[in-house]
Amino acid sequence: MHPAPSVIVFTTLSGLGFGLLFFLGLGMPAATGFTAFVFFAMAYILAVGGLMASTFHLGHPERALKAFSQWRSSWLSREAWAAVAALVVMAAFGAGTVFMGARFSALGLAGAAFSLAVVYTTSMIYAQLKTIPRWNTRLTPVLFLSLSLAGGALLAGQTSFALILLPLAGVVQVLWWMQGDKALGASGTNMATATGLGNGAAGGNGATGATGATVRAFEAPHTGTNYLLREFVHVVGRKHAQKLRVIAFGLAYALPVLLLLLPFSHALAGVAVLCHVAGVAVSRWLFFAEAEHVVGLYYGKRAA
Amino acid sequence: MTTLPASTKKKLGLVIDLDTCVGCHACVIACKGWNTENYGAPLSDQDPYGADPSGTFLNRVHSYEVQPLATSAMPHPAAQLIHFPKSCLHCEDAPCVTVCPTGASYKREEDGIVLVNESDCIGCGLCAWACPYGAREMDAKEGVMKKCTLCVDRIYNENLPEIDREPVCVRTCPAGARHFGDFADPESNVSKLTAERGGMELMPEQGTKPVNRYLPPRLKDQMDAPEEFDVLGPYLAPVAQEPKGFMSWLDKALERI
Repeated sequence: MHPAPSVIVFTTLSGLGFGLLFFLGLGMPAATGFTAFVFFAMAYILAVGGLMASTFHLGHPERALKAFSQWRSSWLSREAWAAVAALVVMAAFGAGTVFMGARFSALGLAGAAFSLAVVYTTSMIYAQLKTIPRWNTRLTPVLFLSLSLAGGALLAGQTSFALILLPLAGVVQVLWWMQGDKALGASGTNMATATGLGNGAAGGNGATGATGATVRAFEAPHTGTNYLLREFVHVVGRKHAQKLRVIAFGLAYALPVLLLLLPFSHALAGVAVLCHVAGVAVSRWLFFAEAEHVVGLYYGKRAA
Repeated sequence: MTTLPASTKKKLGLVIDLDTCVGCHACVIACKGWNTENYGAPLSDQDPYGADPSGTFLNRVHSYEVQPLATSAMPHPAAQLIHFPKSCLHCEDAPCVTVCPTGASYKREEDGIVLVNESDCIGCGLCAWACPYGAREMDAKEGVMKKCTLCVDRIYNENLPEIDREPVCVRTCPAGARHFGDFADPESNVSKLTAERGGMELMPEQGTKPVNRYLPPRLKDQMDAPEEFDVLGPYLAPVAQEPKGFMSWLDKALERI
């Protein structure tokens, strides 16, 4: 898949922002007044900034309001609703803590739940796609949620939570990578099922579906490139995938944990947050760049 | 609504005969021609006469080489070239429709055609992500999703002569490799062809229940059949002969110069 910068920025930043809103909704930290304002401002800049970045990849962003209409079937539409619900409820809760020094805890709990719902619906947009076996797993929402919670704990200054959640998210990340590397092969979709030609093809009486026949892409339908190849058959950078995984793991999970274990200082915590954000961005780049869409089979661009 | 209809009255679709398709790409050009001028936004091209041309097409023809396994009866079987037209399969369980957040994508209850209402499309591209067949392409100029309409503006068009009321790819195919009809009717031409020739679904494991079917190519078993008796062989003596007489002398004289 083409790793579009707008979508990487969106999922990275809004994941962190809604993770932070989750902890703020639970009253962690139990700040009021100006301190609370700083926390809420940070969360809204991340969450809303991410959402706005996501509109940059739309062909017609001016029609974005229509995306609220199909919540019955579409995870993207549900995400839009969850985001609005989370931002509105948390704004009311935040106004209480910042301006009145009061904590309406029911409101905070609801906002925290909506914040997690945003991250879950975002992850389901990817996890629902059978066409991309690497994403089509229950582990994808687990990965997005664990990352969001770990980042939220880090940003909210909840060191003890972060020290549990960051390693947990790291384990989920490694499991997700391991499962993802086997996903296309295990999906049962290959050139034979795509074309009905060659060994194991479904075509019953087709002699070219005979046992042992091999099929290969001889000629593409077009001499140049096209939307499908640009969007779904991204290959740049795959050769560095293993190195990038190590970098992502180090930055997003290992380094922040080490920094949190050192005696606390705001500077070190700041470095830990920056490390984490950079690492999640690399991980998210890999999430897209490594994902193999099955349409690549028609172009002979998939190993399976 | 982007929820799918429980069932459709008709199941209009195509049968594509891989045994007959010669790979001329006439269907590709006819499709582009009709659909760039009629329903919806034109099918734009980017840099069409430059170094890096690309453009939007609703129908494309791939070519595959199938190499049969060698057997003792046929130790060196010839590879077969299969031309493979691919367009929207108008799936019964179309994943492109349910993912659409705006309701721009829909499947028609009356005939099962999957369409995009372009004035509602926000160009998020998620439907193209959800389609395993690469049937949807985002138009780079218009920023909306384009796909095969099964020439919905031809098949019911009473301004056209009756013979033209079928998808333009079917109408134009010089080999007769494309057939249009209603799969819900067991007596239709497409249902009969599918039954007779073992029409297959593409990627059935994806669970999309595609309506379009592909007729598998037959094995070309003549090319390398061993020790075949040649009926015409004895009558086809070589025509080219060594020159004689004056022509022979002239030939040698010219050689010497």
